[in-house]
Amino acid sequence: MDFSYTIWIPLIPFLAFFLVGLAGNNKSPKIWGLISTGAIAVSAVLSYMTAWRYLFQVGKVEETYQKIIAFNTTWLTFTDKLHIDMGVLLDPISVMMLVVVSTVSLMVHIYSLGYMKGDPGFYRFFAFLSLFSFSMFGLVLATNLFQMYIFWELVGVSSFLLIGFYYYKDSAVAAAKKAFIVTRFADLGFLIGILIVSYLTGTFDFQTLTDPNGAAMTQGAGVAFLGLSTMTWALILIFMGGAGKSAMFPLHIWLPDAMEGPTPVSALIHAATMVVAGVYLVARLFPLYYTAAPFALEVVAVVGGFTSLFAAIIACTQTDIKRVLAFSTMSQLGYMMLALGVSGYGGHDGLGYMASMFHLFTHAMFKALLFLGAGSIIHAVHSNFMGDMGGLRKYMPITHITFLIACLAISGIPPFSGFFSKDEILAAALHHSTFFFVIEYLVAGLTAFYMFRLYFGIFWGTDRKYEHTPHESPLTMAVPLLILALASMTTGFIPFNDFVTSDGHAFHTHIDWTVAGASIAIAVIGIVAAYFFYKQKNDLPDKAANTFGAFYRWSYDKFYVDEVYMFVTKSILFGIISKSVAWFDRHIVDGFMNLLGRMTAGFSERIKGIQSGRVQQYAFAFVAGVVALVLIFAYLKG
Amino acid sequence: MDILTLLVTIPLLTVVALMFAKDFKQARVVAAIGMGLQFVQSVYLVFAYLGERANGNTATMVFTKSYMWFKALNIHYDVGVDGISVAMILLTGIVTLAGVFISWQVENMSKEFFISLIILAMGVFGFFISLDLFTMFLFYEVAVIPMYLLIGIWGSGPKEYSAMKLTLMLMGGSAFLLVGLLGIYFNSAPDGGALTFNILEIAKHNIPIEAQRFFFPFTFVGFGVLGALFPFHTWSPDGHASAPTAVSMLHAGVLMKLGGYGAFRVAMYLMPEAAAEMSWIFIILTSISVIYGAFGAIAQKDLKYINAYSSVSHCGLVLFAVLMINKTSFNGAILQMLSHGLMTALFFGLIGMLYGRTHTRDVYKMGGLMKVLPFISAVYVIAGLASLGLPGLSGFVAEMTIFVGAFQHDELFYRIATIVSISAIVVTAVYILRVVGLMLMGPLKNEQYKDLPRALWFEKVGAVLLIIPIMGIGMAPLWLSDMINASLIPMMEKFFQ
Repeated sequence: MDFSYTIWIPLIPFLAFFLVGLAGNNKSPKIWGLISTGAIAVSAVLSYMTAWRYLFQVGKVEETYQKIIAFNTTWLTFTDKLHIDMGVLLDPISVMMLVVVSTVSLMVHIYSLGYMKGDPGFYRFFAFLSLFSFSMFGLVLATNLFQMYIFWELVGVSSFLLIGFYYYKDSAVAAAKKAFIVTRFADLGFLIGILIVSYLTGTFDFQTLTDPNGAAMTQGAGVAFLGLSTMTWALILIFMGGAGKSAMFPLHIWLPDAMEGPTPVSALIHAATMVVAGVYLVARLFPLYYTAAPFALEVVAVVGGFTSLFAAIIACTQTDIKRVLAFSTMSQLGYMMLALGVSGYGGHDGLGYMASMFHLFTHAMFKALLFLGAGSIIHAVHSNFMGDMGGLRKYMPITHITFLIACLAISGIPPFSGFFSKDEILAAALHHSTFFFVIEYLVAGLTAFYMFRLYFGIFWGTDRKYEHTPHESPLTMAVPLLILALASMTTGFIPFNDFVTSDGHAFHTHIDWTVAGASIAIAVIGIVAAYFFYKQKNDLPDKAANTFGAFYRWSYDKFYVDEVYMFVTKSILFGIISKSVAWFDRHIVDGFMNLLGRMTAGFSERIKGIQSGRVQQYAFAFVAGVVALVLIFAYLKG
Repeated sequence: MDILTLLVTIPLLTVVALMFAKDFKQARVVAAIGMGLQFVQSVYLVFAYLGERANGNTATMVFTKSYMWFKALNIHYDVGVDGISVAMILLTGIVTLAGVFISWQVENMSKEFFISLIILAMGVFGFFISLDLFTMFLFYEVAVIPMYLLIGIWGSGPKEYSAMKLTLMLMGGSAFLLVGLLGIYFNSAPDGGALTFNILEIAKHNIPIEAQRFFFPFTFVGFGVLGALFPFHTWSPDGHASAPTAVSMLHAGVLMKLGGYGAFRVAMYLMPEAAAEMSWIFIILTSISVIYGAFGAIAQKDLKYINAYSSVSHCGLVLFAVLMINKTSFNGAILQMLSHGLMTALFFGLIGMLYGRTHTRDVYKMGGLMKVLPFISAVYVIAGLASLGLPGLSGFVAEMTIFVGAFQHDELFYRIATIVSISAIVVTAVYILRVVGLMLMGPLKNEQYKDLPRALWFEKVGAVLLIIPIMGIGMAPLWLSDMINASLIPMMEKFFQ
């Protein structure tokens, strides 16, 4: 069956970007918004169609999902073997990502028609959204590492443009710069990793790289550097790129600040799609990680596990609702990374892989819903801070109910989607080691606690004095909330083990009720705790804060990681290195050149007296010279 | 008249026509028509060249012509082009025309200004078509001399000092170069026979290794001075800062490319053994250039200084790639020259537009200009993104070709040098975003800037002329890369015979 039409999935938003970006204006902003939205709607229809046809009609050959290259063209040739192709690769994870990206993107487009109404940058916003959708589609459909890197950078720049959308605010500018530079630093690792892998294997192509019987699996293992094979180093460097995009500790510092962007952007880019690119990258190369560099996979698990705990602790103390959600995203991304890290390959051993992709899918839905809900709240009360909210359930019934559904989903309460995917992750962690299980189990409890802290704080508690009474958002904003809420309730029942597995074979899985029961129990404990702390105003939160003392303070200040970065960049890079390079250049290198010039001038100043123009002087010198020569010759002869 | 000779004749005729121009309005129209024709010709040359190749002409150089010029020393007027020089000529055509448009409002002695500018351009065109080392050197000097007048008369700031410094340092480079070229000449016929300056003739023989060892550093450093090789780059920040806009554009955009092109076509091509032996020294120097220029740019606050240091970094990468002696990285070097030429010309053009409005180049004094000057700011952001190597714009294609090529070396030294150079992409992002953040974004810092005039039509034409190829190369690089690749074959044969 011919899939070559899939090339239009990224191209249509791209054309919309050009059209809206070049022709857009503020005279009739609505049209440009609708063009962008229409473009993504077409891409969404094509994506669903592709997913349906791939998963149910043609993807499976002999009970195994095949990788299909639907389109491929050479974009740039390097050497005989190495060339960058642009193409479309269809396999279970790319098809799944198509569904995620197009669904969330479409919802966010529709939502933004209402949310961004009246903004002077309305058409610019939609142009950037289209650029982002194009880049994200290109990323998930990549057939080779370099194509992925190209679109990786493009989603990065779209993110930069959208975080800095309110470019007249200093905080937005700083956040956009930070996001770009931190991820750029991580991408440096990614790029070097790609170069090493291509040097070892002679290809960028995913199909060749991840072929379990292919040569890539064994190459490079012989050469060792600091005790690890070159391939291991390369894959750790590639993971560094993924860790930057997916905001893993210690490259996470850009994500909380990225909340400076408009809220729909946070939902689309910084919760559901771009930030999972790192997870997707590791999943894409999973067979290579598993076979050629198990140590690198261990690194993935440790970083993921640590990040999930670290972020969950911070999330409990933040007061800006978007930042709470940002740390929650980090924590959930940590879950996904950990699941990949602990996974095996093939059959039931690949449970972690499946669980990671499953959680990616469900998380995209409920986290986008949470952000859009937060946007709806911010739209109503004109503040990001929990302190300015309370009792909103009366004014915003749709936002309230959908937000509650999302909170239940992320906390892992059945039958909402998060329960199913998180349960699989916990089972996979337990299968690997008790240590990881205990961490993730704790994180599950913390998640329920901080989400319901948010929920009770916003929708219950005491009414604030609002300048004007909060009201429910318009239909363009409410409808996406309802659709995503429906998705958060139902997607848990998708049998992922039939579709997305590490080796393409379906395998049997069942809910392990000891794990599931325990995880429900800790989620309920978290919710109940939040109920007592935040349902009504009382002094429990303050007491708890006092009990934890310094630890609470550290958590509130995000463990001072930002300050460390600030010190390194401001004092060391800017202050010491750049300043001394500039000084050295001006005073030593250029100083030497100037000295050369001055010496030349000085020397000619000294000797210019010889060219005096006085004939007597010349005659004297002439005669003296002759006499001297005669004497010398006479001496030599004699 | 043959198509290549026309490339130097049209500028010459334009200069003659300019002498008869009555006022600055006539002068700029004459200059625009002349350089417009030149631009059309350089585009046509690309198609003519590709057509010639498609017809099966596999000679190293096509459209060759040769006239005896000075018999006693066997000096010829020899011209011919391959895919590489065609690409460089196209770059020169684009940048020169854009430069004329951006100088539309130079009223002070505009006739003389355009005459000097076009003589400079003529030197550059002549350099790229020359196959005879002597003629090449002559055109090189033709391009360098007007620079002194252009900066000294129409410049700003300490212009006499800068003009003198730039000219003297480039002349110093020329002195090195002349020694190198004469060395090549006197060793051009090791088996007896007539000495020659013709590159293709010299390439047929092998210059004795002892002579190569002696003359390669002279030639390479001679060209390297113009290509801003560390530590011979200090003319660049001062020179650019004082130069008028169009001169900075032409200088950084095309004149600096003579350095990279010459190092490649003369030093490397004619003395491959010495090049292979000594490349490590220069690889260290160019790696320093790449990193050092980038860090230097972070600490500057004058826009032109920032861009001058950025050029040190980017041009360092050109020489770095040339030294890697590898087909892919050679290709990358040429692409980087094109890409850097386009985007740095765009940068200097935009800086000129900003300076013309705000009368300052200090990034700390500006702020929030995006709202006031949307076109100029948006183009500045695009140029910045090209400079930091964003995919879809030309810088990415060039840098990746260089990095992938350089990384294919089997010796660890080359791969480590490559990793060092790659790390500049982060530093580049830092200084580009710093400027964008300080100057264009944030709240408007100076109330006086509230009503600055927006971009005028000729400024837009100049900017768009440069943006289109930046995006074109960035999105569809294959034809260009293939054209260059095909022309690298003789070079590779010389290295791996």
